[in-house]
Amino acid sequence: MASLSSPTRSRPAFDVEAVRRDFPALQQQVNGHPLVYLDNAATTQKPLPVLEALRGYYERDCANIHRSIHQLGERATEAFEHTRLVAQRFLGAGSAREIVFTAGATAGLNLVAQTFGRMRVGSGDEVLITAMEHHSNIVPWQMLCQEKGARLAVVPINDAGELIWEALEERLTPRTRLLAVTHVSNALGTINPLRQIVAAAHARQIPVVVDGAQAVAHMPVSVAELDCDFYAFSGHKIYGPTGVGVLYGKSEWLERMPPWQGGGDMIRSVSFEGTTYNRVPYKFEAGTPHIAGVIALAAALEYALRLDPAAAAGHEDGLRALAAERLAAIPGVRLIGTAPQKVGVLSFVIEGIHPHDVSTLLDQQGIAVRAGHHCAQPLMERYGVAATSRASLAAYNTRQEIEALAAGVAQVKEMLG
Amino acid sequence: MPDWRELYQELILDHNRRPRNFRRPPAANREAQGFNTLCGDRIVLYLDLRDGIIADIGFQGAGCAISTASASLLTERLKGRTAAEAEALFRRMHALLTGVSEPAEGQPELGKLEALSGVAEFPTRVKCATLAWHTLHAALAGSQAMVSTEE
Repeated sequence: MASLSSPTRSRPAFDVEAVRRDFPALQQQVNGHPLVYLDNAATTQKPLPVLEALRGYYERDCANIHRSIHQLGERATEAFEHTRLVAQRFLGAGSAREIVFTAGATAGLNLVAQTFGRMRVGSGDEVLITAMEHHSNIVPWQMLCQEKGARLAVVPINDAGELIWEALEERLTPRTRLLAVTHVSNALGTINPLRQIVAAAHARQIPVVVDGAQAVAHMPVSVAELDCDFYAFSGHKIYGPTGVGVLYGKSEWLERMPPWQGGGDMIRSVSFEGTTYNRVPYKFEAGTPHIAGVIALAAALEYALRLDPAAAAGHEDGLRALAAERLAAIPGVRLIGTAPQKVGVLSFVIEGIHPHDVSTLLDQQGIAVRAGHHCAQPLMERYGVAATSRASLAAYNTRQEIEALAAGVAQVKEMLG
Repeated sequence: MPDWRELYQELILDHNRRPRNFRRPPAANREAQGFNTLCGDRIVLYLDLRDGIIADIGFQGAGCAISTASASLLTERLKGRTAAEAEALFRRMHALLTGVSEPAEGQPELGKLEALSGVAEFPTRVKCATLAWHTLHAALAGSQAMVSTEE
């Protein structure tokens, strides 16, 4: 009895079965097998509180926000603005005014490129990105550089999939006007040392824009600690709805930035002679937003916080280690992205078998993985592959599912080998 | 639910393991590139076209089992055929793979190409199988432009 009742500081085991019960989509069979959903870096499944929030808005509180002087409008506005407070707390931002709602991480990055980028970058300047960026953190900067006659510089990575630190420091030059970097690589899983990166950039007065799309669901994030200037993420990759996301920006920048899109809600007054803009953050939120999505995003972020991000991260890390071990043990399987600091993203290639064939055959066994270039074509080129298969984890995945993946991959080899 | 064996028939697996005519014919005078932007499959199809007859044909590139086997079967079938026959077969195969129409009178026989018919049951894989045929169409038309499955 003594051992049972003795106070310990150990955390109660992460109850993955309880978590799974919150996700209706995980309860289904696919091609005659229980669904093994390992495509979480593409999008996560949604828990009941998120589904209920979406339904609740459309069923009870459906009204436009910030303008309807009636009961439903007040409820919708209150719920919408509640998400801003939740997102502020979730990201550790200093003020809710630093939270801008967007359509997703891509929209957030484009917003920064088209406002902050355009006011900051000029002819002959440089914008610095890295070799592991998603297309959404490459193309907006390429477009900006083309428009301004600026140059896009790229920090290379090593074979394990980590940024080469000396190369990063070398490329932070007096011409560098901003650094755009991902927190976590969507194709490799690498976690970048953001605090050090931001410190190195800030030491040279270079602001840092962070793509947080692949990070927020897998680790606690504090923009105050990171000290980054912008941080963008998508709701749907952290158990929330598609079509909605958050852009954090330091208020000192947001105040000085011009608006992005013009329209309703972002104005204070409009005449044909000119327009005065609404205050931050509303001047960046033109038009009727995805109200239901924003409201349900609060449910998603609160759900993630309730899971205990540190416990969930520990659970996922155990699965990642198991998956890496099992996959590497299969002859002919090569893992791409082997950084010591990484989340549960397992990119792999099987010698002589194309990732598309792998996906189709795994799907026959109810296992969902992604095949392709993962919107990171320059990265695929770096590794000399056209595409990879990618299994990506979430808090609701289990050890049995990892074993099913490994058995499935071995079976694919048998079928096509 | 379609069975994977419908898609990966033994003939397909064989042509994937040992693609036929996987080379550039020495006297090739037409070529076209095909690119599947979704998965990165890429092929180059070469024709040695003389007086309206495909004297020689070959392909190179990298792709999945379906796209490789489709290209291999294509080359095997069309060597020595006329350009007009190749065009007719392109239309027949396109209809077969996309599952849009039943064969009508006077259309070319499928023969071994029948092995690709399972693709129609796998919507995500149709473009893998059609890539080589679109590329053939472009090569016959003498088009230098790259063929993309997303157009």
